[in-house]
Amino acid sequence: MPDPNAPPLLQVSDLAIEFASPERTIRAVDGISFSLASGSTLAVVGESGSGKSVTALSLARLLPSPPARVRSGKIVFDGTDLLTLPEAALRHYRGGRIAYVFQEPSTSLNPVFSVAFQLSEAMALHRRDLTDRRAAGVAALSEVGIRDPERCWKSYPHELSGGMQQRVMIAMALVCRPQLLVADEPTTALDVTIQAQILNLLREIRSRFGMAILLITHNFGLVKGFADHVVVMFRGKIVEQGPTDSLLASPRHPYTQALIACVPRLGESKKRLTTIDYDKLDALLSPA
Amino acid sequence: MNPVLTKRSGLWQQVIARPQGALALGLLGFLYLCALFAPLLAPYGPGDQDLQKPYHPPTGFTWTQDGLAVRLYENADPTQALYRPIPGKTATIHWFPAGHPYRLFGLLPCRRHLFGVEPPQKIYLLGSDSTGRDVFSRLLYGAQVSLSIGLIGISISLGVGLIAGGLAGYFGGWFDSLVMRTTELLMAIPGLYLLLALRGAFASQFGSGEVYLLIVVILSFLGWSGAARVIRGLTLSLRAQTFVEAAIVTGLSPWRILWRHLLPNLASYLLVAAALSIPGYILGEAALSFLGIGIQEPSASWGLMLAQAQEMKVFMCNFWWLLSPGAAVFVTVAAFNLLGDTLRDVIDPHFRTSDR
Ligand SMILES: Nc1ncnc2c1ncn2[C@@H]1O[C@H](COP(=O)(O)OP(=O)(O)OP(=O)(O)O)[C@@H](O)[C@H]1O
Ligand SMILES: [Mg+2]
Repeated sequence: MPDPNAPPLLQVSDLAIEFASPERTIRAVDGISFSLASGSTLAVVGESGSGKSVTALSLARLLPSPPARVRSGKIVFDGTDLLTLPEAALRHYRGGRIAYVFQEPSTSLNPVFSVAFQLSEAMALHRRDLTDRRAAGVAALSEVGIRDPERCWKSYPHELSGGMQQRVMIAMALVCRPQLLVADEPTTALDVTIQAQILNLLREIRSRFGMAILLITHNFGLVKGFADHVVVMFRGKIVEQGPTDSLLASPRHPYTQALIACVPRLGESKKRLTTIDYDKLDALLSPA
Repeated sequence: MNPVLTKRSGLWQQVIARPQGALALGLLGFLYLCALFAPLLAPYGPGDQDLQKPYHPPTGFTWTQDGLAVRLYENADPTQALYRPIPGKTATIHWFPAGHPYRLFGLLPCRRHLFGVEPPQKIYLLGSDSTGRDVFSRLLYGAQVSLSIGLIGISISLGVGLIAGGLAGYFGGWFDSLVMRTTELLMAIPGLYLLLALRGAFASQFGSGEVYLLIVVILSFLGWSGAARVIRGLTLSLRAQTFVEAAIVTGLSPWRILWRHLLPNLASYLLVAAALSIPGYILGEAALSFLGIGIQEPSASWGLMLAQAQEMKVFMCNFWWLLSPGAAVFVTVAAFNLLGDTLRDVIDPHFRTSDR
């Protein structure tokens, strides 16, 4: 269990991000604050377009600018404000201390290079201490549960299944031993059984290497038993956050309640799936 | 993703596996080898004249007790360039005789030629031109110019196009606008007039080596804009793929991403584009030389040789062998187009059958 008195690994405060286009300006993230202790897991939940990916990408300043612009706020990682760091210094953080796993495993790997090349490249950048990259790479591949790591090491991305590609992406993140792993809907493109495997893998990795995980998802079903804390986002704002168990047990915000109600459960015989009634929600949310 | 892109070694195997690919590669290999070994293969230098033997027809062969030999001809009517074989008179062909000195590949000093006959007799495999120069030798020396101009030109224009288009697509912003407006400007100018104007601006006091370079530069100056536009488009679409983002989050520098991650993804396009655009350069050089503003005498190029085949006398007297450079241009252009089409078929998944 992480020490509650230690300073958090990641502290985001009052972050606001806008996308400027000639016609209008979209405020994708609107004054959010949250923190993440080292070794713990935070889930960011919200519907499509609520600003989850923008939040995740902004952590390592990955948003294209222009059009993206940070209006206000601070992102303090391990005592350093990432927003004021020069680009060259930031590159040291990317991959080395903050690693990402994306939603689309099939396009996350460069199609013209073998797994060996792509893993070695990451190691060459962040793990100069490793003398035998091949051994370290194969070990990482077997750590992420790939059954024939030797063969996988030599393969090209198109020779791997989606689940294996995502495992390779995770292995690539892992070999650099980052302190924070940001997983942006890592299982959305995969089928349900693989989803569970990947989540189990992430959980195992966290306990083994003690890295913090920021999991982004729109599915409350994945949060339970995985995340320590939950942040619920809606239209760029955080509407509710707290420890997973208490938030799931007694959601206070109507949007959270609606989201939880949307998760279909096995064995439940409903004629129709629950959807969110936005008119009702807007009425509830409008300042009374 | 396109599986062919992932293994470039397999690419050439697949090209060779197709009959038209094997044919194209074979022809091109032969042509470039001929150009490379031109001084060795050619019995004479490109400027060696024999004013006694203008418009000599291709020599016939016979077999004598000394081995393979060529017939000797007498000039029956010098005004008409009418040659008649002298019965019973032959000159034996020698293999690797010593001739005029040259440097092979521009380096190795050498005097030997593949074949020749005892001077002052001459062997004219493809006849001679108006000053008695051997068309076969000039064709070989001309190949050095005509075939290399395509390669150098395409390297320059694709190189410039790659840098301009790649950076424009990757970084966008003002550089993108600058590059795109420049290409539009270039494309709006009619190419032939620009060529003539540029060539005219640099007057004809240049030596033949400088003219050669000038032509290459002019042609690539016109050619890079199209490539830059396509490469920009490709870079833009690649840029949007997650693997670029993944490369950024790995902490790679923009240059490394451009160089090591985007460029290999462009390689297949570049290959096809190169194969399909080289004929343009070869034809461009031929056209310029044909118009008299390209390669200058006494150097040889296929276009220049064709220009000389234009004389009234050649048509009147049916000196067909002087049109052989035209055949050489035709074969080369056809081979490059065939290679380009085959490469495209192999690379483009839409043209592939499902028998993977
Ligand atoms: N490059 C961009 N240019 C303009 N607007 C953008 C850009 N990227 C994101 N946005 C806007 O920011 C908002 C939040 O997008 P974001 O990608 O964070 O959603 P999300 O919560 O990740 O949704 P999903 O679950 O579908 O991935 C959206 O309204 C989107 O229109
Ligand atoms: Mg998203």
